[in-house]
Amino acid sequence: MTEIPEHLLKRAQAARDKAADDAATPAAAAGDSRIPDHLLERSKAARGEGGAVAVAEKASAVVTSVPSAGLPVGAGPGGHTQRLLTVVKSGSIQETKAAPVDKVHTWPHLLAVEFVASLACTAFLLLFSWFVNAPLMHAADFNKTPNPSKAPWYFLGLQELLTMFHPLVAGVTLPGMGLIVLILAPFVDRNASNKPEDRKWMTSMFTLFLMFWAVLVIIGSFFRGPGFNFTFPWRDGIFFEL
Amino acid sequence: MAKVLDNPRPTLKERAAQLGNQMQGSQAWNAIFRPGSIFRKGYTDSPRNRSYVIMNSVLYHLHPVKVKRHAVKVSYTLCLGGLSFFLFILLTVTGIFLMFFYRPTGAAAWQDIQTLQTSVTFGLLMRNMHRWGAHLMVLSTFLHMSRVFYHGAYKAPREFNWVIGVVLLTLTLLLSFTGYLLPWDQLALWAVTVGTNMMGYTPVFGSQVRFVLLGGVEIGSETLLRWYVLHVLLLPFVIVIFMAIHFWRVRKDGGISGPL
Repeated sequence: MTEIPEHLLKRAQAARDKAADDAATPAAAAGDSRIPDHLLERSKAARGEGGAVAVAEKASAVVTSVPSAGLPVGAGPGGHTQRLLTVVKSGSIQETKAAPVDKVHTWPHLLAVEFVASLACTAFLLLFSWFVNAPLMHAADFNKTPNPSKAPWYFLGLQELLTMFHPLVAGVTLPGMGLIVLILAPFVDRNASNKPEDRKWMTSMFTLFLMFWAVLVIIGSFFRGPGFNFTFPWRDGIFFEL
Repeated sequence: MAKVLDNPRPTLKERAAQLGNQMQGSQAWNAIFRPGSIFRKGYTDSPRNRSYVIMNSVLYHLHPVKVKRHAVKVSYTLCLGGLSFFLFILLTVTGIFLMFFYRPTGAAAWQDIQTLQTSVTFGLLMRNMHRWGAHLMVLSTFLHMSRVFYHGAYKAPREFNWVIGVVLLTLTLLLSFTGYLLPWDQLALWAVTVGTNMMGYTPVFGSQVRFVLLGGVEIGSETLLRWYVLHVLLLPFVIVIFMAIHFWRVRKDGGISGPL
């Protein structure tokens, strides 16, 4: 004989005890029943009218073979031939979509677009690289500091901030805060709508954020000359390498 | 004189057709292509076959069989996310090419680039493509982020994918910045000097972080090696993992966001 694991035995015993307890206190069991009150009342009323065939007059009229006295074999307590196990609200099992989504096949509709986009991108990059050479200056020399020394363009906004603030603020605190603000954006923005007219505040804030960095990068790139002093590109030329 | 051949020699077309049939019936062919693949059963345009193209190919990892109609509108996404990914692939290809000709030591690096540009076939073109592609990828990633923001596409249930996206943007910047040092010319050296000096001001552990990243107190040959490994191995490895999560979440969160 297979040995039943101990924890299963314990669980079965606990269930049996609970069933015994429930049987001992039927009032309590009825108390936490999930059967809606009006259904309980209806079944109580039916029981009062008389036994198993009190479902409805129509039913008894059709099922003439059912004996009016005496219970069918296998009837439950109170003479019911059926028992209501539970009432399930329709929403919880059947999930119906509110509206069908208008869809197209990925092939060819999406793949063709992606293919063309990647071809165009390759062609552009190839042609641009054919005509414009990447800069290569003299070999690195620790003894010759070029004037001005500039960071890559995407960090020029930070370098521009360095002229205004302490390095701790410009190089660490502000970019760190920028990143944290970006990460938190979806959790701060509690507005569920994605319609532009509903989110003027957020779009203007983000535009401000973008403009702030764009202006700094442009000033750092084109308006800073030797010694990282302010210049005009049309007066002194451009001090900028990609 | 009309002589009718009972067994005429097969024409070239018939032979080609026969060869094709033999090949497609072979075990190797059937091992390579899954049942239902259009390379096994042929393709005629029908809804079922359109589904099979995706379902029975590796593309199924990236795309569902059907997408929302508005999702294929170029005017909605401008292809920016896809282009960022495609640029990453282009950069990997051109980058691998460059690796064949480059040694990350202070003595050799600059000379290697010089030689690559002057004596290697397509060397200059490949280097140009890698450089401009890198700038383009920073730009397209950044524009992709802006597009997503202006469409409100970061809202529930896509909040976490936005966070992954911010991580990807940061990783893209780091990849570009570590690559910036590798030509080992004056531009590279001093741009990175400016950049890493800023890093040193991080409170508490700033100087330690700078020391680890530079492999010393100053930029030198050790820095070059470290940034090379970061650029060609560590950061690509990390970014690929985050990209995989990013693309997976795009699908799990119900495809790209709805029309406005």
